[in-house]
Amino acid sequence: MAYAGSERADGPAGVPVAIKILIAGGFGVGKTTLVGSVTEIRPLRTEEPLSEPGTHLDNIHGAERKTTTTVALDFGRITIRDNLVIYLFGTPGQERFWFMWDELARGALGAIVLADTRRLADCFPSVDYFERRDMPFIVAVNCFDGARRYRADDVRSALDLDPEVPVVMCDARQPASGRDVLIALVEHALELLAGRAAPVPAQ
Amino acid sequence: MPSPRDSWLDEEAGPVVRPYALTRGRTRPTGESLDLIALVTAIRGARPDPFDLDPEHFEVLRLCRLPASVADIAADLDLPLGVVRILISDLRDRSLIRIHHPIPPARLPDPRILREVVDGLRRL
Repeated sequence: MAYAGSERADGPAGVPVAIKILIAGGFGVGKTTLVGSVTEIRPLRTEEPLSEPGTHLDNIHGAERKTTTTVALDFGRITIRDNLVIYLFGTPGQERFWFMWDELARGALGAIVLADTRRLADCFPSVDYFERRDMPFIVAVNCFDGARRYRADDVRSALDLDPEVPVVMCDARQPASGRDVLIALVEHALELLAGRAAPVPAQ
Repeated sequence: MPSPRDSWLDEEAGPVVRPYALTRGRTRPTGESLDLIALVTAIRGARPDPFDLDPEHFEVLRLCRLPASVADIAADLDLPLGVVRILISDLRDRSLIRIHHPIPPARLPDPRILREVVDGLRRL
């Protein structure tokens, strides 16, 4: 049983570490497939009150706001060891759910932008989003059956990516491939974090 | 023959009890914000008052006997995140749970943790 070890989570020495990774990309590009290939997917519902500018909100009388919207997210968990867990969140693909992204992105280690070369433009908004927020991300090209193969460099130039952003090919259905994509992201994030810490010369 | 009242209460209509009825209409949790991956742990030995809390509060306490993230709890209870955040904040107000806020990646105490993540993924 894992319980004895897990009790360390209460102690000051074993503060649990939770790492958040986002899976982004256009609608239908395979985000759910990717999350599902590396972990068991659990649907996560949010019923978000939509606040409209200028709407006066008053909950004193227990009155529910009329405008709520339900968003379903793909959510998965990978336990590395006791007190070290990766959480994967598939971002909602439709643009009307953009308001969810800021919450999902907060404190995330980084993001995987899944791309389909038949509809490359679908991942522009995701790439823009993570570039603007200076969040580590990689582009993973989901190689669908029958899709024309492109070289990573072609995808990079089509997306106008900075040279340091990794572009990897993957098959989102294959667990080993999904895992490699995750590894590529964590390694990229590690490099960026190390680079940012670099100005202090090591002894 | 189904009455007109039954006819629209199909699956598409969603839960018959509106989720925020559980929170008595409250749509915002109290106190510090709760990240999706904040880890919630029930405080051992705390004595919740059954007359003060709803069954869902006890469900949350049961699920976080070992540290569980806000997202885990919401998925396990199949309740919307907003509702679960309010339930958790109720428990926090009553000092029945402890919350570990996630450490932002840039402030991870030790880059070796990310190396460990890479090694752990390779072993999958």
